[in-house]
Amino acid sequence: MNAIERYSADFARIENALPGSSIGWLQDARRDALSRFAERGIPTTRDENWKYTDVSSLEKRALIAAPSPDRADAATLAASIERLALAAEYHLLVFVDGRYDRDLSWLGRLPAGATISSMAEVLERDPGLLEAHFAGEIWPHGAFGWLNTALAADGAVIHLEADTVVEQPVHLLFLATGSASAVHATNLIVAGNNAKVTVIEHYAGDDGATYFTNALTHIVIGENANVAHYKLQQESAKAFHIAGIHAKQAAHGRFASHSISLGAQLARNDISTYLAAGSHCELNGLYLADGRRHVDHHTRIDHAEPDATSSEVYRGILDGGARGVFNGKVVVHQDAQHTDAKQENHNLLLSKNAEIDTKPELEIYADDVKCTHGATIGQLDDAMLFYLRSRGLDEAAARSLLIYAFAHDIIDRMALQPLRKRLERQLIERLPLGSTEVSFSELLLDGQSGTGQ
Amino acid sequence: MATATHQLDALIAQEYKHGFVTDLETDTIPRGLNEDVIRLISAKKNEPEFMLEWRLAAYRHWLTMIEPNWAHVHYPPIDYQEISYYSAPKSNKDGPKSLDEVDPELLRTYEKLGIPLKEREMLAGVVAVDAVFDSVSVGTTFKKKLGEMGIIFCSFSEAVQEHPGLVRQYLGSVVPSGDNFYAALNSAVFSDGSFVYIPKGVRCPMELSTYFRINAQNTGQFERTLIIADEGAYVSYLEGCTAPMRDENQLHAAVVELIALDNARIKYSTVQNWYPGDKEGRGGIYNFVTKRGDCRGANSHISWTQVETGSAITWKYPSVLLKGDNSVGEFYSVALTNNRQQADTGTKMIHIGKNTRSTIVSKGISAGRGQNAYRGLVKVLKSADRARNYTQCDSLLLGDRCGAHTFPYIEVKNPTAKVEHEATTSRIGEDQMFYCLQRGISAEDAVSMIVNGFCKEVFKELPMEFAVEAQKLLGVSLEGSVG
Repeated sequence: MNAIERYSADFARIENALPGSSIGWLQDARRDALSRFAERGIPTTRDENWKYTDVSSLEKRALIAAPSPDRADAATLAASIERLALAAEYHLLVFVDGRYDRDLSWLGRLPAGATISSMAEVLERDPGLLEAHFAGEIWPHGAFGWLNTALAADGAVIHLEADTVVEQPVHLLFLATGSASAVHATNLIVAGNNAKVTVIEHYAGDDGATYFTNALTHIVIGENANVAHYKLQQESAKAFHIAGIHAKQAAHGRFASHSISLGAQLARNDISTYLAAGSHCELNGLYLADGRRHVDHHTRIDHAEPDATSSEVYRGILDGGARGVFNGKVVVHQDAQHTDAKQENHNLLLSKNAEIDTKPELEIYADDVKCTHGATIGQLDDAMLFYLRSRGLDEAAARSLLIYAFAHDIIDRMALQPLRKRLERQLIERLPLGSTEVSFSELLLDGQSGTGQ
Repeated sequence: MATATHQLDALIAQEYKHGFVTDLETDTIPRGLNEDVIRLISAKKNEPEFMLEWRLAAYRHWLTMIEPNWAHVHYPPIDYQEISYYSAPKSNKDGPKSLDEVDPELLRTYEKLGIPLKEREMLAGVVAVDAVFDSVSVGTTFKKKLGEMGIIFCSFSEAVQEHPGLVRQYLGSVVPSGDNFYAALNSAVFSDGSFVYIPKGVRCPMELSTYFRINAQNTGQFERTLIIADEGAYVSYLEGCTAPMRDENQLHAAVVELIALDNARIKYSTVQNWYPGDKEGRGGIYNFVTKRGDCRGANSHISWTQVETGSAITWKYPSVLLKGDNSVGEFYSVALTNNRQQADTGTKMIHIGKNTRSTIVSKGISAGRGQNAYRGLVKVLKSADRARNYTQCDSLLLGDRCGAHTFPYIEVKNPTAKVEHEATTSRIGEDQMFYCLQRGISAEDAVSMIVNGFCKEVFKELPMEFAVEAQKLLGVSLEGSVG
């Protein structure tokens, strides 16, 4: 059975069990999505967009969308959540194996005009909220995006009416507890004019579990609205993670995307945004990979109208036999005069078998624009290492310090303190610390929080 | 600089000045392509058996290939059966032995083009011209002088006759006959081109130069150039092109192979000014070229410099395979697209040997409705310890209907490599213009000055005569878009 037949069988099996299966437009959208997926098929390395990322190992596993047979027990789940939650005051929506779990979630007080819930619940109560945004050609989907639309059983819905401000960040925690299953989750974030929200999309899984997360997030940003989106990918080291994050920004809308990729054996992120007049976006990313892992980021920024600005910085650290892929595309359309677009990609190769393939692309059809991009690939700078060694740091500590500094450039761009702290600790855990281990990590963390000296 | 600026004014008003067709009786075979045509070409050129076999193998492979469509260019499909694959000026069968024997009509064409073959001969040892008219080489100068040093500089057909050993050894060793669609087509039907061999330790005392010119209507030109620099040798080679005005699109699929052995150095410079089509994009040359250098030996050095102002479509990626340890590859390019011209050009630097270095400097200028894309690949293989690459791609936009695109591919498999890529896109700054205008420089002069300054990094890599010509060309090509 090939992939298309398998997924089609999957769809036939679960279609009637999907939330909102009795809603006509939704049923149509799902069937349409499946046929579009079938048209495209699973991408191969012959597709320009998948040139460096081979998903045949995922297809070999033939993971199907089914409830995991070995769902973790309540105590284990509670412990995981305890470990993964970022701050007590953040709104927390927990999805276990792709399904919303109300009992494990915690929602604080929300202003009127804010709906924060799961897709399944919204489809029961107020399906009209989703219809306009659900599917169709408005999103730049690839095969996995369409597959997601067809098969997604749940996901988060964050819907803000105009002028609604959600003060505390919304933490969406997707826990994969089982093995051998595929989870398709669809999230929708809609911020009306002047609305403001911060969302953390967080994926984590049990160590050693092999599963497939296919996530899709649509973000609609109204005029003058402001959405900050953090994506933290900490899947199990054997997991497959394929995600799309697609935003549309109305005039003067602001969008910040931070994508942190730490886990999974194969991770692929497609991030895109579409900028209307005077809007601004910021795309930041950090990817760390070692072992035989593969991490791929494809980003696309469309400057469709005048006076929009964008800035993009991605940094990657590749060790062991890991392979990193970065493809950043900036398209400036004909009418998008006074565009200012900056893009950077920097990579550290730490081992003989690591590999990076990077392609920063510019496509420009307007003349009054300022566009720059840069990419670098290298190892740690000998002169810098020498400087640190000459001041008494051993080799490992000196290397650690430089790697830390390299990655911290991205962490520095984040506004959420609890998340920054979490990332700093995780980064330090991965560093090849030397004999100065204890004092070194204390030094770094204290220095960050400003309580040192 | 000042000269160029003043000439610009005069040139802006001109139509494409090399647009004329010389009436010549040509020996052209009927349109279409099949094995018989290839046998005929090979027979006409009196080639040895191995060449025919090679051509036929390339043709059979070509039949299995699909025309590439990944480049950022658009054009109507080409009917390969509508092209005549061989055209030679009618002349006496043994070929001209001196300029006196050359068809005077042909010589007049060169004079109009400003390639003073006779003058050059008199100018004693400045530049040797192996001028190519359509497909057959008609005159070679300074051959004797070069011959004394053991340098072979002749037409490809002559090389096949007189140095079959060298041809057999090196032909297709850099660009295999099945390398890509157009290279395969070229391998099957190429008519002529240039052949250069510089023996061990010889430094070629003059710049070698060939002027190509497309003339007979509906004749695709398939040139083949092969340059070999043996151990410790040095050569600088110039290629320049002009073409007469015509209405139908013409296909040009050339192949250039460079081979540098230990400590050898090849400098290859191109000024390409083929007919770009009229303002609406009618006519113009399709320039689908495969150029590749092979730094086969240790410490070898290959440098490509190109100024691309002509052609309706340019599809060209002069590349360097850095196989030898410590070898160096360079690519300097100015590509200009005006009106409806399209260019998809760049380079490939493949780092294989240790301590290999490459530099890429690409300057793209788009005006009118021109589309200009840089497409490059920097690949560092696992074996290439301490490889180093620096890439700089700048684009300048003149007008709000043109496009500038950058598609750099960077693939690194060695942690000791250091690779840097930088690109910028901008238009001429209002502050720059203001600065010039308030000092009494006219808008046209200011633009020309700024554009020439933008390209300076590349122009300084060109041999002197070419640098002057390149500046003039830039002015002519920007015609109508200035101000």
